[in-house]
Amino acid sequence: MIVLEDVHKTYGRQKVLDGISFRIREGSVTTVIGTSGSGKSVLLRQMIGLEKPDSGTILIKGENIVNLSSRELNRIRRHIGVLFQEGALFDSLTVKENVAFPVREHLKLTEKQVQEIVDVRLTQVGLREHQDKLPAELSGGMRKRVGLARALALDPAIVFFDEPTTGLDPITRDVIYRLIEKTHAEDSRTYVLVSHDVGGVLRISDEVMMLRDGKIGWSGTPDEIRSTSDEAVRQFFTGSVNGPIRIE
Amino acid sequence: MSERAFATVYGPACMYGSLSRIGLLNVLRFLGSIPLGTVEALRFFVEEVGRMIVLLGLSAVWLLRPPFRGREFVRQLDFAGAQSVLLIVLTGTFTGMVFTLQTYNGMHRYGAEAMVGATVALGLTRELGPVLSALMVVARVGSAMTAELGTMRNTQQIDALTSMAVEPVQYLVVPRIFAVTLVLPLLALIFSFTGMVGAYFIASGWLGIDPASFMSGIRNYLGPEDITHGMIKAVVFGLMVSLVACAKGYYVTGGARGIGVATTRSVVLSSVLVLVSDYVMTSLMF
Repeated sequence: MIVLEDVHKTYGRQKVLDGISFRIREGSVTTVIGTSGSGKSVLLRQMIGLEKPDSGTILIKGENIVNLSSRELNRIRRHIGVLFQEGALFDSLTVKENVAFPVREHLKLTEKQVQEIVDVRLTQVGLREHQDKLPAELSGGMRKRVGLARALALDPAIVFFDEPTTGLDPITRDVIYRLIEKTHAEDSRTYVLVSHDVGGVLRISDEVMMLRDGKIGWSGTPDEIRSTSDEAVRQFFTGSVNGPIRIE
Repeated sequence: MSERAFATVYGPACMYGSLSRIGLLNVLRFLGSIPLGTVEALRFFVEEVGRMIVLLGLSAVWLLRPPFRGREFVRQLDFAGAQSVLLIVLTGTFTGMVFTLQTYNGMHRYGAEAMVGATVALGLTRELGPVLSALMVVARVGSAMTAELGTMRNTQQIDALTSMAVEPVQYLVVPRIFAVTLVLPLLALIFSFTGMVGAYFIASGWLGIDPASFMSGIRNYLGPEDITHGMIKAVVFGLMVSLVACAKGYYVTGGARGIGVATTRSVVLSSVLVLVSDYVMTSLMF
């Protein structure tokens, strides 16, 4: 479903991705973890096609998106949903219009049909009664839920989540993870998360990859994380200052 | 040693090689004498101009490709045009009034009060209408566009558009540039018209100029080419102002402070460009 081979990305003199290779199974929930500034979001931007890597291959549904033109890339993007860190809702549009936006852009449907899709997605995230509000009237957690409803609106095969729980209180965080679990169980899409939220990662992921020094330093299942002897992974999950990971 | 003395001692062939060396040394000396700040400013300038040219090119391409963003275009027409009318009427009226007072002050000294109407009309139509309308649009519309696009960039809304397979330049930039370019000539016309109305009332009501001679001066001296002159300027100003505003917002970096800096630069650069290009166009169409 998603295959990365030897992906490199450098900004100025800083090498952020240094030969990343992995394969994500169809229908799985895969989480990329790493400390702040380890390049998780950069990696996500390469997979969505917002940036092109300096070298390497990124296969989405069998197509190498690195060499695609913007028109061809847009064809692939119609099968992808993205939940951005702060939701990235359009300020000037209501909740309903935000969720309807991709539907109106890509499907030729009547307003009634558009409204039906909006209702389904907003019900799924529990915000149907807030559909006439503007994003500024919503809490951070609600904005992320609307962002998820919008990401799911076109029924994508793959959904990317950029730090879905950053900045949320523990209860709202739990709500978001429940939603991720629920929507995944309902539709069995491929979910790719970028996160440093240890508890949530262990709870919802089928596979976890740790990004360290621009490479995939470790990968395995949540159970393997609990029993691993890899010091960096143990340090990350215990949140200790002592260990091989140095924070500058 | 002078070049002549050098040639006398070592011969012309040697002098040729030496001159090259001297030339190269001078170039290196000159380059070394340029302060780093100047080099940095030059690099920044080239980068900025390059971005704007790229954005203009992309906008031209996306303007012609479907889907056409009619709804966004109308929204921008409303924001840049309809919502600016009151400001333009207000500034236009007062500009016409003050321009009449100053023109009368000059003309009165030569007993040429009858020329006040024509002078004010020509000044407003060819110069003040387009320039001051453009400056008003810079302040009200350009600054808002830069801040809005900058905020959209900072909060990943532009990334969200891209990820939804919507071309951001087509959705955000094209309607703004097209709307402002189209609407600024109309605003300039309104400015000139209300300016002349203000001028008429000051001239006839306060300065005691005969209304008929005021109007006949306008009829006799203001031709269609003067209006065309002003419209051409307004179209160019509209394109420049909207392009600068969009480019500054679209390519913003550096969080909230970055948006503040970009908005300030957008207003300053647009205003300077309006005044400089006004001179260039006036000299070309003189």
